[in-house]
Amino acid sequence: MLDKYIISTFILLIFFASKASSEENMNFLSQEKKEFETPIPGGQIIFPRDHGAHVKFRTEWWYLTTNLRADDGKEYGCQWTLFRYASEPLMRSGWDDRTIWMGHAAVTNLNEHLYAETLARGGIGQAAVENEPFNAFIDDWSFTALDSNFSKALVTASAQDFSYKLQLERNAPFVLQGVSGYSLKSHGGQASYYYSQPFFRVDGELKIHNQSIHVTGQGWMDREWSSQILAPDQKGWDWFSLHLADGSKVMLFRLRGNLSYLSGNWIMPNGDTTVLNENDIKFEPLEERNIDHHRIPTRWRLSILSRHFIIETKSLNPNSWMSVRFPYWEGPISFAGTSQGVGYLEMTGY
Amino acid sequence: MKQIFWSLAALLSHWRKHPTSLATLLIGLSIATALWSGVQALNTQARSSYTRAAAIFNQGNTQNIIAQQGGYFDQDLFIRLRRSGLKVSPMLEGIIYLQKKELKIIGVEPLTSPKNLALEEGHSLKSSFDILDKEGKALISPETLQRLGSKSGDRIRTDHGTLLPPLQPLSSVPPGVIMTDIGVAQKALLRFDKLSRLIVDQRAILNRELLSRLTNSTLKIIESEEGNDLERLTDSFHLNLTAFGMLAFVVGFFIVNASVGLAFEQRLPTLRTLRALGAPAYLLVIAMLIEIAGFTLIAGLIGVTGGFLIAQELLPNVAASLEGLYGAQISSQLSLDKNWFFSAFAMAGAGALLANAAGLIKTLRLPVLNVAKPIAWREMHYGYLRRQALFSLLAFIIAILIYFLGNNLLSGFIFIACGLLGAAMLLPFILTLLLLFGETQAQHPLVRWLFADGRQEIPGLSLALMALLLTLSANIGIGGMVSGFRETFLAWLDERLVAEIYYETVTADDAREIEAWARNDREIKAVLPVWRAKTMIDNYPVEIMGMTFHDTYIKHFPLLSSKENVWENLHENDSILISEQLAQRLKININDKLILPTSENNWLVTIAGIFPDYGNPKGQIRIDHNRLALHFSDAARTHYSLRVAPISISSVITRMKTVYGEKILRIIDQEEVKKISIGIFEKTFMITGALNTLMLIVSAVALFTSLLTLSNLRLKQIAPVWAIGVSRQRLAAIELIRILIFAAGVALVAIPLGVFITWGLVTIINVLAFGWRLPLHVYPTHWLIVFVTSLITAFFASLAPIIQLARSKPIDLLKVFVNAR
Repeated sequence: MLDKYIISTFILLIFFASKASSEENMNFLSQEKKEFETPIPGGQIIFPRDHGAHVKFRTEWWYLTTNLRADDGKEYGCQWTLFRYASEPLMRSGWDDRTIWMGHAAVTNLNEHLYAETLARGGIGQAAVENEPFNAFIDDWSFTALDSNFSKALVTASAQDFSYKLQLERNAPFVLQGVSGYSLKSHGGQASYYYSQPFFRVDGELKIHNQSIHVTGQGWMDREWSSQILAPDQKGWDWFSLHLADGSKVMLFRLRGNLSYLSGNWIMPNGDTTVLNENDIKFEPLEERNIDHHRIPTRWRLSILSRHFIIETKSLNPNSWMSVRFPYWEGPISFAGTSQGVGYLEMTGY
Repeated sequence: MKQIFWSLAALLSHWRKHPTSLATLLIGLSIATALWSGVQALNTQARSSYTRAAAIFNQGNTQNIIAQQGGYFDQDLFIRLRRSGLKVSPMLEGIIYLQKKELKIIGVEPLTSPKNLALEEGHSLKSSFDILDKEGKALISPETLQRLGSKSGDRIRTDHGTLLPPLQPLSSVPPGVIMTDIGVAQKALLRFDKLSRLIVDQRAILNRELLSRLTNSTLKIIESEEGNDLERLTDSFHLNLTAFGMLAFVVGFFIVNASVGLAFEQRLPTLRTLRALGAPAYLLVIAMLIEIAGFTLIAGLIGVTGGFLIAQELLPNVAASLEGLYGAQISSQLSLDKNWFFSAFAMAGAGALLANAAGLIKTLRLPVLNVAKPIAWREMHYGYLRRQALFSLLAFIIAILIYFLGNNLLSGFIFIACGLLGAAMLLPFILTLLLLFGETQAQHPLVRWLFADGRQEIPGLSLALMALLLTLSANIGIGGMVSGFRETFLAWLDERLVAEIYYETVTADDAREIEAWARNDREIKAVLPVWRAKTMIDNYPVEIMGMTFHDTYIKHFPLLSSKENVWENLHENDSILISEQLAQRLKININDKLILPTSENNWLVTIAGIFPDYGNPKGQIRIDHNRLALHFSDAARTHYSLRVAPISISSVITRMKTVYGEKILRIIDQEEVKKISIGIFEKTFMITGALNTLMLIVSAVALFTSLLTLSNLRLKQIAPVWAIGVSRQRLAAIELIRILIFAAGVALVAIPLGVFITWGLVTIINVLAFGWRLPLHVYPTHWLIVFVTSLITAFFASLAPIIQLARSKPIDLLKVFVNAR
């Protein structure tokens, strides 16, 4: 989902060039930038156009998380992310372009959480997102559609101690989050355009410390773009993507501010969605851990009251800490309770 | 506590009675500290600049990738490497002009560059992103900003017309450098989509094969950039400066020692009285230590200020010659750290303590009941002479031992220092002998007295005279070396720079294009490619330069020694020419074989000749042009020289500039090259000259202060002579003559000693420091100048005391008899 914390810190560094606390970051992200467009209710999401980059919007990301299992039954998680941040609502050629691209990739198993980060400037061909066919890349990492309707794709990333090559295949349409893709993020009206593809089947190969591992599983792709997302008081968020055993998918997030903002979406196996409203959702941290001098809740109880849905989540590897330029926690989880399954958890601002 | 206070008060009262002694002591200590700390300031300044310069490419240990054949390369290669997973970051370096001032611009890409690139810890990330800020930033060192007469936030245009982003001072940027975003650098340099270098974090494992496959072998990884060797290359330059500083300190120390010795003797009665009154010896020592601390504080302060002024005065020249000799950019704005500040005080303290050491020990052992003997120190004349001679002998023995055993620069300096000290300490002995000889030869009683009394004066003056001797001989010695060097260098330059035009192109392709054009141009008589490659022999950077088989070289290229038919050998066989300093370093000679690492493999070559290569800190090898092309596929193919008729020089340059404008990186005529080369050396010699003059001033002060302190004591010797009827004016004249005799004697000793220094510098220091041996030149006219300078110095130094004597009141002279014991 959205990695606003990262992006906002990033923005701040570029503009103000100072070491700032996360609080200041949020202030900045909540500033309105007149020259950029902002999401409006009723704004239409159209494919394949919206798979590509939106230069009129300030921030944007292409996000893939996968829950995988090797032939020997061991569990793995893979993350592939490309962020776009622009400081003006237009594209220029060459070094004049004011777009910054940032890629994150990670592989997680029971014992290890390997990750990498790479950065690129726009305009010179080191990173970009092309459309029709869809192709997002930074350096030698890529997320490429293998056909014109994006039903199959190939995702690759490599770093010093890991790499992966994952084939994706979907058997359901893209899912619009929020109201027809307009996803509110606060009581104050901050919002983004947001759609997902939670039905990817994954088959691929991981390489960890030069050892190849064949894996299969399921993937969840998120696309989100906006120009002004956060309310001034929001400090971070907790975001869950859940693959239920019955084939349903659930997305839940909580933005932590003076008054937390919660939202979610219940996605039926056929792709039908039901927006979950704030009063329907409950987030309870069960266990906290000290990771890299941060107190991180790694076990949670999540409830959706209207659906009598109560689960407890457990991280595959509680140390799924992304110690990148602007650190956050992201890793695979499993859950049990009224439903069971696997998913991904992202926590920022701790 | 009270006792210490009163003892100290009693001791300090001495200075009230003898303000000149106090002044002498403080002046000596301050000057010694000033010269020492001035030189140290220069060294510190230079070293900090090297560190900053090296940091750009080296901090965080980056690996560097550059174009196989030199020059710039396409940005597409960078993208291709990134898209293949090689985490390289682009860089573009070049020269821009701002208000006619030359500056190096370094374009970096902050997002991909290794984190701590060029900028101090914690600052790097912030500054890297600064560059990307809306208008961007041009990072510049504060002193360069000031030199441009600009202030933070100013936007200035390059002389080409590109508007730079707002300037932002940042002290970690090397002087003379502007760091900007790569996009800005491309515009400022008019090199669109071109790069000069890729950098990679040292820890990243670079797959050479992949690199060569992806770039079609147009790029290569280089191990260590020569810029990073600055500190090593300039070491000898700084050691020379340090040696100068040390010499100056010793000269200053002599003054201090003289006045401290005098003061101690003068204060003996006070010390004894204090002891008799019951003050324990240790208490007096503590009081004296407090006094020393006070001197250190005052002299240290004056010395630090003086050192700062000296360094500031010399810095532009030091900076210019370091830049010229080694390409090292030195900040021309002195910025000094607290280490430097405190080390100056430490030096002042050490000097004061050392000078007082004898006095302190004597105070501890002082027998209470001995009768005070205020001028006892001069009665020990012969003992003193014996001791001096003994020390002198010791110094000579050390010098001889080191000459045979030592083999590095430091031992070379110690050898010269010991020789100098030995001679200096022998000076009183020699002067005494001279005076004895004069005494036996003289008929007139007054003349006999002149000589006899002169001998008595020697111990009081000897330190000042030794200081003068050191200064004069250093002057002769260094002057001889410098003049010899200039003579040799200029002659060598004339032969070496025969071609009329020198140019460098932007890329190897440009070079090919221009070469083809030049070969068909009627005004151009010969096109001489001077392709160059780099290699390492025994971990020493060596540049390989190609030479065409052409009269330009055959008739003119200076060789120190060579085989027969050296040029044919070079052209037809696997033979090379090697620079003197490289031959010296590798300990090889003509006809020896050498394994030369080429870009492909090792190449066995024979040394056909050795050529002088003055001023080049690196090793150099010259080989035939075709062989260079064959063995060094990675040679930079962008340097050329042209032979044209002198009358056509400017027209050819103008035509080339018009036709090939941006493809030519620089073009320069012979006159200009010579001017630059000579300019560099003149700057270097200017530093030497300035330090020489300073030392002469110091020794004049030493002489002056010694004479001044002596003049009071002299009354006791002069009063009887006055009493028997010699007029005061006559006595004053005799005193003056005696001083001039001393000065002449010193100058005479200084001449052979100076030649000794020249010899030491030319045959030992230069060879070890720079690797070249110059012929030993001697300059008798210079000796004459030094001789006269010595007399003039002595004349002016003695003027005040002499006038004082001539005008002394008869009553003062009579008082001597009243006080007579």
